Amino acid sequence: MDKQLRGAEIFVKALSDEGVEFLFGYPGGAVLHIYDEIFKQDKVKHILVRHEQGATHAADGYARACGRPGVVLVTSGPGATNAVTGIATAYMDSIPMVVFTGQVSTALIGNDAFQEVDCVGITRPCVKHNFLVQRVEDLAETIKKAFYVASTGRPGPVVVDLPKDVTAAVTSYSYPKTVTMRSYKPPVDGDPEQIHRACDLLLSAKKPMIYSGGGAVIGNASEELTKFARLLGYPVTQTLMGLGAYPGSDPQFVGMLGMHGTYEANMAMHHCDVLISIGARFDDRVTGDLEKFCPEAKIIHIDIDPASISKNVYVDVPIVGGVRSVLRELNQAIESSGRAPVDRATNLWWAQIKEWASLKCLDYDKTSKLIKPQSVIEALHKVTDGDAYITSDVGQHQMWAAQYYTFDKPRRWINSGGLGTMGFGLPAAIGVQLAFPDSVVACVTGEASFQMCIQELSTCLQYNLPIKVVSLNNRYMGMVRQWQEFFYESRYSNSYMDALPDFVKLAESYGHIGMRIDQPGDVVGALEEAFGLRDRLVVMDFITDQTENVYPMIAAGKGQHEMHLATDDRELA
Amino acid sequence: MTERHTLALLLENTAGSLSRVAGLFSARAYNIESLSVAPTEDPTISRMTVVTSGSPQIIDQIVKQLNKLIDVIVLVDLSDGLRVERELLLVKMRHDNDLEKDKILKAVGKLEGALLDTTEGVSTAEITGSSAQLDEFVRLVDSSILELARSGTLGLQLGPKSLNSK
Ligand SMILES: Cc1ncc(C[n+]2csc(CCOP(=O)(O)OP(=O)(O)O)c2C)c(N)n1
Repeated sequence: MDKQLRGAEIFVKALSDEGVEFLFGYPGGAVLHIYDEIFKQDKVKHILVRHEQGATHAADGYARACGRPGVVLVTSGPGATNAVTGIATAYMDSIPMVVFTGQVSTALIGNDAFQEVDCVGITRPCVKHNFLVQRVEDLAETIKKAFYVASTGRPGPVVVDLPKDVTAAVTSYSYPKTVTMRSYKPPVDGDPEQIHRACDLLLSAKKPMIYSGGGAVIGNASEELTKFARLLGYPVTQTLMGLGAYPGSDPQFVGMLGMHGTYEANMAMHHCDVLISIGARFDDRVTGDLEKFCPEAKIIHIDIDPASISKNVYVDVPIVGGVRSVLRELNQAIESSGRAPVDRATNLWWAQIKEWASLKCLDYDKTSKLIKPQSVIEALHKVTDGDAYITSDVGQHQMWAAQYYTFDKPRRWINSGGLGTMGFGLPAAIGVQLAFPDSVVACVTGEASFQMCIQELSTCLQYNLPIKVVSLNNRYMGMVRQWQEFFYESRYSNSYMDALPDFVKLAESYGHIGMRIDQPGDVVGALEEAFGLRDRLVVMDFITDQTENVYPMIAAGKGQHEMHLATDDRELA
Repeated sequence: MTERHTLALLLENTAGSLSRVAGLFSARAYNIESLSVAPTEDPTISRMTVVTSGSPQIIDQIVKQLNKLIDVIVLVDLSDGLRVERELLLVKMRHDNDLEKDKILKAVGKLEGALLDTTEGVSTAEITGSSAQLDEFVRLVDSSILELARSGTLGLQLGPKSLNSK
């Protein structure tokens, strides 16, 4: 007879057989059998966070940076509910993650037992799938399925709820090498006929536009995307989630699009005649008013998720498949067609785009006596050679980081785009730094967001993570203040961050280094000093111009061609 | 532009699968007109019939989102082809005199239903038919109805096609 193992042992062995490096977690009654087994081994490294939200964001950051699923373990009840924000964050951005939640023993389920919540029910709308393991015999296979579902097709978080008695019960163990599920068959290759139609449409375009999204990053299609764009010579714009898949410093890149996209990107979107969307989902922050979106364009859409296609915007040529394999086939089709793009027309198109770009919509006042937040990001780019992993929180600082830190590589820009979760940045940086211990990792944050998961500074000390926190401290929930200025006649209701802590002392009390910078002339020097401290976490508190707004801006409900610019602060039509 | 569609699904017969489908409809504010579900000849698989309505674009999304659920094995929009749709109605009707009883029996007869029981001036009948036929029956006997239960629509494609072979 095979050796009999307890569920908790099976759990740890299965993670190790799955190749899991890090388990981000926090203990509690329902998972104590598992913690006991974690104690007895050293293959799977447990990272003790200070709040379960931090565990999910850290696992998420790890997954975004390295592509492997992030793994979380939390206890039942409050442990599970604390994890929900991080699960929803990963779900909205299609991040592969497996979250194990403790549960009360099967006999107690439904009895309102101590620390019981219906975890499967609570997480159902924000997971790709979830499982409740009711028998120890199902445990190993369920774990295998969880990793399979989380990391294939359109990735996403999977929750596995583990009743305490299941982790105590015994059975024989073998970890399945593969798993098939009759109800789950993720698509891979695109339909050749559609690929040909797309190729024809692209080669006859006069005003073409390439619109690339998070799918190009998650689908590891950076190389194929770059080749595709170079073959055609067409303008490329990327979504907030897509930055870096195509090099930001390339002349074909016209900037990010959407609510805070560049003038040229949004104008080009509005006027293009053929649009190809590559792993982007026509989010409302991108399209603005749907009625006014790309009125003249024939649209091609590559996406691994058929439900993303024609959801918000009608698509003429849908191609369901992995972005990478479809782009390969599309590149081949273009090369073997013997045709070239319509040069004369596209030259005129580029001339038009250059004219829009000459507005220099990202220019800002460089003579100010106050620190301009944009200048901090530009300096950050310089000091880190544009090669750092940048995580971010949510607000104005997030948009400035996206606009001014030119991302040339995929998976370097790590932010909560879909859910917009404040508190994401610091714990996400933990996951990134663990995945790449020798790389430079910076968290761009605001003084409001930073305080939402600030307890993780303690985790950073415990595991010696030399993250650099770049806080753009404007003493406001800046993004909220900006909306109140624009749409509520400057009634700054509850957006002022009163009673702020002394961030230098706060960093020090957590065992780190704190710096306060309030002179524009000190910005570069401070960054150089902080990034020179290779083995220390530094919190840089930049006291920035409180009145600065994020431009350009398309107000909600407006079309892409109706932007607010910084220079004149008036609407352009 | 609202269309009514009948969707037939095979899904894993697990504890959560029904709530995944129901949750999808409520989370995305889709209509459910009726929903019926029961195990098939293979006890690990349930068959569900959902009648829903919406614009063609919404119906397209409903089909795609349902297909995306990990528990859904196969889905066919029955409205795309030749099909049979049936619903079962169980109904209890009160009649205080022969005239009323006669009216009820006539209505049951018209729809080829069956009278199951008559006790103390209350008749119980069973009727199968399309939802529209059952609606018509309910209109005919409306004033006599004490209580009724409807199964929701069930559907099959006609001819050799089946969900099992898809
Ligand atoms: C958890 C959470 N609560 C509330 C919000 C709404 N929100 C969006 S941006 C923002 C202000 C962020 O302020 P700060 O972190 O200081 O960044 P700034 O905009 O000033 O750069 C708020 C409150 C959110 N996105 N997430």
